[in-house]
Amino acid sequence: MTDILMPALSPTMEEGTLAKWHVKVGDNVRSGDVIAEIETDKATMEVEAVDEGTVAEILVPEGTEEVKVNTPIARLGGEGGAAAAPAPAPKAEAAPPQSRAEASGDPERKPPEVDAKPRPEGEGAAPVTPKVALRDPELPAGVQLVKVTVRDALRDAMAEEMRRDADVFLMGEEVAQYQGAYKVSRGLLDEFGPKRVIDTPITEYGFAGLGVGAAMAGLKPVVEFMTFNFAMQAIDHIINSAAKTLYMSGGQIRSSIVFRGPNGAAARVGAQHSQDYAAWYGHVPGLKVVAPYDSADAKGLLKAAIRDPNPVVFLEHEMLYGQEFDVPEGVDWVVPIGKAKVRREGTGVTLVAYSRMVGFCLQAAEELAKEGIEAEVVDLRTIRPMDIETVVASVKKTNRLVTVEEGWGPMGVGAEIAAKVTELAFDYLDAPPMRVHQEDVPLPYAANLEALSMPSIERIVKAAKAVSYK
Amino acid sequence: MARGQTGAAGRRKANGAGEQPAQTGKTQSGKDELLKYYRDMLLIRRFEERAGQLYGMGLIGGFCHLYIGQEAIAVGVEAAKRPGDQIITGYRDHGHMLVSGMDPKEVMAELTGRAGGSSRGKGGSMHMFSTEAAFYGGHGIVGAQVPLGTGLALADSYRGDGKVSFTFFGDGAANQGQVYEAFNMAELWKLPVVYVIENNQYAMGTAIQRSSAETRLHKRGVSFNIPGEEVDGMDVLAVKAATEKAAAHARAGNGPFILEMKTYRYRGHSMSDPAKYRTREEVDEVRKTRDPIDHVEEMLEKNGWADEATLKAIDAEVKKIVADAAEFARTSPEPEPSELYTDVYTELPA
Repeated sequence: MTDILMPALSPTMEEGTLAKWHVKVGDNVRSGDVIAEIETDKATMEVEAVDEGTVAEILVPEGTEEVKVNTPIARLGGEGGAAAAPAPAPKAEAAPPQSRAEASGDPERKPPEVDAKPRPEGEGAAPVTPKVALRDPELPAGVQLVKVTVRDALRDAMAEEMRRDADVFLMGEEVAQYQGAYKVSRGLLDEFGPKRVIDTPITEYGFAGLGVGAAMAGLKPVVEFMTFNFAMQAIDHIINSAAKTLYMSGGQIRSSIVFRGPNGAAARVGAQHSQDYAAWYGHVPGLKVVAPYDSADAKGLLKAAIRDPNPVVFLEHEMLYGQEFDVPEGVDWVVPIGKAKVRREGTGVTLVAYSRMVGFCLQAAEELAKEGIEAEVVDLRTIRPMDIETVVASVKKTNRLVTVEEGWGPMGVGAEIAAKVTELAFDYLDAPPMRVHQEDVPLPYAANLEALSMPSIERIVKAAKAVSYK
Repeated sequence: MARGQTGAAGRRKANGAGEQPAQTGKTQSGKDELLKYYRDMLLIRRFEERAGQLYGMGLIGGFCHLYIGQEAIAVGVEAAKRPGDQIITGYRDHGHMLVSGMDPKEVMAELTGRAGGSSRGKGGSMHMFSTEAAFYGGHGIVGAQVPLGTGLALADSYRGDGKVSFTFFGDGAANQGQVYEAFNMAELWKLPVVYVIENNQYAMGTAIQRSSAETRLHKRGVSFNIPGEEVDGMDVLAVKAATEKAAAHARAGNGPFILEMKTYRYRGHSMSDPAKYRTREEVDEVRKTRDPIDHVEEMLEKNGWADEATLKAIDAEVKKIVADAAEFARTSPEPEPSELYTDVYTELPA
């Protein structure tokens, strides 16, 4: 005998009306036969038989309301065929028919607690990996520092990694024949050919998806967005396909992929071309988010991003592309993701920033020094995972915090830092943390309004003085 | 009859526009092949019926999209596949996983969200994967698997390994913009991908005539010069033959191919869909006249390849597999709480 139970027809259904029986005692039913109709507050649904047999008993007559899910509603007799496999007994759920009243009181929605063996292969909880102290590589004695633009440092990083690993390739709009919309990929087509430096149509959603698919198959794509503003068309693949699949697959499907391109405001390009996405991507578990300032970090972090087995969003800045900084020459320069850098030491106030705003903070620090405030400038370099320890260590020294970002303030990177510092170093703060960010408006085109909207050295100085009560 | 109420008597013949079914001939291989298709399709159907039951018992949560009615497509494509060829699909994915060789126990235990599930309970019905079986999911965003599957083909082309990516999607997904972005690049770069459109006539509750300006979906590649063909998706041999042809085209470096499989799902879009947008008579008519399993059964009987005892033995074997899967799925423990934080990132090698 097999009990037929009142089925749940939606994730939230707890009870329903047994509106109609399509079978009577003595009828033979086969898998797939409609045997009853059930009404909920939302819909009427048909119930199909799963088990086969003869209806032996109707336990709940049609028209009965408020029948709890999992109440036995009918009993099936077996076919008696010798070839039939033993019917799987729904042990935990099937209440004996005599105790119908009790059974109907408990829908037993919870999975039964069963003593069962864990998976034999020992896929228990992975051991928590001990935290490795991340630091920049030591420079060998005698290494030469050469001036390189951020643009060329990025190109060099890609070229070195493509020489090192045949699975690495670059795809994006104008990356090959045009040599890059911002000339970041200059020369790569000549060296690596069209198979590994791929010009795509203007089709961000599509080529981001192709990139993730290729990454799932084990390649290591570098997907260039002409700017991150256009990646908004592709954000579904960055988040839903790249960031979440490792988790959803129980660790089986990796996406070792870098999404890179300029981020943030350039100059006078208007609201749709001037957005900082650090907070957007920083919100998402499964992604790493990097936003370097100088050439050495641009190179070292991009090399790390390409080697990383996880999807990395790599936020560059158009206004930095042409700036020159020192880069160590002739070494395999890989900077670890997840480690902030103290760019200027000071005891008066902590300024935390990333990307172009680091330069603003360094200049603001010079201004502040003239007024007797020694600012410490922390370059986050990585937004996720954020090196909050370095920020907190600085705040414990200075007792004051100003965050600076190009993005909007609400739910922003500065908001996250302020929350974390408040949580971890509340007693050390001598003033409420202050945030400097873009004004809460779409970025205007007019030169004067644009300047009013963007963070500036003056505004950083003002904020630093405010938290210093000066 | 085990599935339709009246058997295969009035079965519609293969669609005129499609390929004729392959002639299996009265050979031993034809017999074994057909028996295998019968068994594999029956496994999907019984598995799905059981999944529906477990859902009704509250053991499966959330969304659960059953494949009942469409079995011939997953089985026919699998029959035409070569080892290593990749499969990717949307969220109506249980059938593809079963034929790709994934363990029914792991699939069912994933449906119940247990530690024994193929994603250790962290994916659910719509998110299962098997690198071993070259099954790449299991995707919940309608149409997203199309660029992803095209990306698998990009990797195949990049490596020159002769593999083909079979990228499945439905008539609903066929209206997503990203599908056409992928079509364009696939043909432009001659990627080895076969797009298998499972046209079951309804995008959730919207009939194809109400959603699509051009309902002949095999023509959707015309503006990219991608050849397409309509196939009777209820006929496993027609599916296999068409897939072999499409795969050969793609494998030879000629680029993508579109197969529009005309099919039908017997159940609602998901478990909570009462399917009031179509009549019971419409569903019954398909079950009576086009059922893919009845069709194979009829061919087996006509050729004298399977007596009642043989078919009963297959039924019993399938029943047992499904019963064992259900039992495993009910008794496998829930994931350890520590699993919450695993698999968010791949740890860097030390």
